[in-house]
Amino acid sequence: MEIGLNHLLGVSALLLIIGLMGVICRRNIIMILLGLEIMLAAGNLAFVAFARANGNLAGQIMVFFVMIVAAAEVTVGLAIAVVLARKIRSVNADEMRQLKW
Amino acid sequence: MIHPALFYSFSALTLLGALGAVAARHPMRAVLSLTVSLFGLSGLFVGLGAHFVAVIQILLYAGAILILFLFVVMLVESPETERMNIRNIWVKLLGIGFGAVLLRILWRVIGAGGEPPIAPHAVEGTVEAVGRELLTTYALPFEAASILLLVGIVGAIVLAKRKVT
Repeated sequence: MEIGLNHLLGVSALLLIIGLMGVICRRNIIMILLGLEIMLAAGNLAFVAFARANGNLAGQIMVFFVMIVAAAEVTVGLAIAVVLARKIRSVNADEMRQLKW
Repeated sequence: MIHPALFYSFSALTLLGALGAVAARHPMRAVLSLTVSLFGLSGLFVGLGAHFVAVIQILLYAGAILILFLFVVMLVESPETERMNIRNIWVKLLGIGFGAVLLRILWRVIGAGGEPPIAPHAVEGTVEAVGRELLTTYALPFEAASILLLVGIVGAIVLAKRKVT
């Protein structure tokens, strides 16, 4: 059976839901950022699949930009995690209740 | 198009790696599991003709971002026994809602009669083709992305550095 666009979009949807599960169910900030990375990867897969289906390169260029934004986001997010671990001695998202300390 | 056997094996690698990353108790195992998942995704990209994206995926994600994750996991002591947040009623409701949406999408995908048309001529995403597009049609977003990266670097340094006394 030939693999078509639908199969790729199905894998992409599953990957997105797995990442979303990580974002919702985990409490550790690092794991939440990891779930966000999985969700962005699912978006990348859909972009590449559509680029292949339409026969142009626009989707692959978009994946390039998504990766750059993901790199910037993760850099700042992990820096915030390091600061939180230093200040309140925890990376548990449930323990962050104060705006200043 | 990608060979079915390759598609299913790489998809299984991607999805199982992602599941392992989400379900692993210790963050270190989760990051290593995500590496496996990203390698599978890279295989899918190669199968779709996106060679440049696949290489960038390995170099940038597996090579740079996950190393950053590993450093932070080792810097920050995580609780060994982190329990999943599934006792909360709102989390349950959200899970049921998103599960229903997923089932609906998959049902549409499987039940769809005809495959959507795929372009007959495969466009190979080689370094030359992607680079040419990136520096002509998409030159402005490309430069904006470099500014974003610079802002990210400066922000990370300002946030994470210790005060020199």
